[in-house]
Amino acid sequence: MNRSLQEPLLSLLWEKARWIRIETLKIHKIAPETRLASSLSVVELFAVLYYGKILSFDPRNTASEERDRFIISKGHGAISLYPVLADLGFFDRSELANVCKEGSFLGGIPDCIVPGFETINGSLGHGLGVACGVALALKQKKRSEKVFVLMGDGELYEGAVWEAVMFAGAHGLDNLILIVDSNKVSMLGYCRDILDLEPLEKKFITFGWQASSIDGHSIGQVFTALQKLKHARGRKPRVLIANTVKGKGVPRLETDPLSHIKNLSPAEIDSLVAELS
Amino acid sequence: MMPERKTMRDAFIEEVYKRMHTDDQIFFVSADFGAPTLDALRSSFKERFINVGIAEQNLINVATGLGLEGFTVYAYAIAPFITMRAYEQIRTNLALYAQLKQINVNLIGVGAGLSYDVSGPTHHCLEDIILMRALPNFTVFSPSDWVLAQQFVDYSLAERRPKYLRFDGKPLPGIYNTGRRADLQTGFAELRAGEKLCIVSTGYMTHTALQAAQRLADDHINAGVIDLFMLKPINDDLLFKALAKYSHIVTLEEGFIEKGGLDSMVAHVLEKNRADIFLKRLGFQDSYVFDMGNRQQLHKLHRLDEASVAGIIKEFSHEY
Repeated sequence: MNRSLQEPLLSLLWEKARWIRIETLKIHKIAPETRLASSLSVVELFAVLYYGKILSFDPRNTASEERDRFIISKGHGAISLYPVLADLGFFDRSELANVCKEGSFLGGIPDCIVPGFETINGSLGHGLGVACGVALALKQKKRSEKVFVLMGDGELYEGAVWEAVMFAGAHGLDNLILIVDSNKVSMLGYCRDILDLEPLEKKFITFGWQASSIDGHSIGQVFTALQKLKHARGRKPRVLIANTVKGKGVPRLETDPLSHIKNLSPAEIDSLVAELS
Repeated sequence: MMPERKTMRDAFIEEVYKRMHTDDQIFFVSADFGAPTLDALRSSFKERFINVGIAEQNLINVATGLGLEGFTVYAYAIAPFITMRAYEQIRTNLALYAQLKQINVNLIGVGAGLSYDVSGPTHHCLEDIILMRALPNFTVFSPSDWVLAQQFVDYSLAERRPKYLRFDGKPLPGIYNTGRRADLQTGFAELRAGEKLCIVSTGYMTHTALQAAQRLADDHINAGVIDLFMLKPINDDLLFKALAKYSHIVTLEEGFIEKGGLDSMVAHVLEKNRADIFLKRLGFQDSYVFDMGNRQQLHKLHRLDEASVAGIIKEFSHEY
């Protein structure tokens, strides 16, 4: 059933997004090895998915059959999910102080050793194909849960992604929802300068998908689009292209085509955190 | 009585097909690759037979997704492509994952060694033992006949971890249908007891080993034959006990030698036990096979046919 986004949920989601951004910066301060810019472009998406009750999940039973499966294929950019998972009780909040530290299960790129993550991440281009298998399995089990996948736009260069795009379209996997974090920047520059991905929507539509695009930093647009996609009918897999800004919230990163590999100094982080707070 | 010739894949799929009637937790996924026995399976189980097309990477990924949801999956393709085209998918989604959680995906690669003789080096598969053995959390099975292949179905259902099944492409005579027993937990079978010298072989080459041993017997050289079908995990201690009866060991495989294959496994077991045993490794040297001819002719060219192997062993036995 579609819900419209009203107060107080709207304010809560904006507040959560602000908080996730702050926590992500703090994590980057203690673990400069983490990929900050690509973690910041997905903040609003995570806020809506988890706090907007788009995803069904149970922090106490991460293997519950009743959960929606969320495969985070762009593992590099998932540091911003750590505070969310800790906040929701997937693991203790104190763990956030240990990211990338000896003995911690929270690394620079999360694997399913972290409660709340479904798969092995870090090698790009696997998530969508795996999600196709999960989607088929759920259909075979006659279950109504959905499979969500989060991918980066740079990840679309992996050939295996298109094997899966073709497969999902041909099999009409209408329980599969792909979110592309289209932050326009890969590791060595803008995607349009590497191999232009546009027209992206059209590419998916040609392969039998239902496609739409939104501003991935607008809580309202993200919420409305994900609501709609979760409850849509139509025997087609769905892709939501979230137009985002890599490094969102950090002016120096937002304008840097090499933001993927840029770190912020502790002083810069402190002043950004103060500003956001 | 001539032992019945059959392909490993037909025997294996026939058995999987039977199980699928009573076990609804089995999926069979193919990268557009068939077999006579697969026709019945795919028409009877339209929902649980998936053809991903000629797309081995997606074959592994889709199989992984099904496996994550608890299904037992058989993923089926030509051996060099399922292993090498999709190696990183196998490593990431199966080998790595299986260290943290349970997943039962069985990769069936058809066309071990030079099974696809005249199709040339892209279709030859001389690296798979080395590559698949390198993956932690993987089981590697290399049967020498269809009886053993069929026997593996039970094991594949019970042992819930990723496995690579290295099947020959050609119909081969049975070895284990004549009263011989194979224990999958032991991982090998001494098909022929010898004196002083023993051939350790796997897959198709076990047939060559048996023939060579027969030929050597005519020359009064009594060579043993051990068929090593479980390449990972191996039972080091039991294998060493079997090898320790001999002073000379010859490894024989249809794959590259001196880079981590069957020969390296045996060498490791001998070295670990500080054994005073001579080892000779037979297989393919460090180059691909562009020569044209059928398998027997190619083997002859590379001195891996029955007569060449018997000749090499005879010479080796002079070192007694």
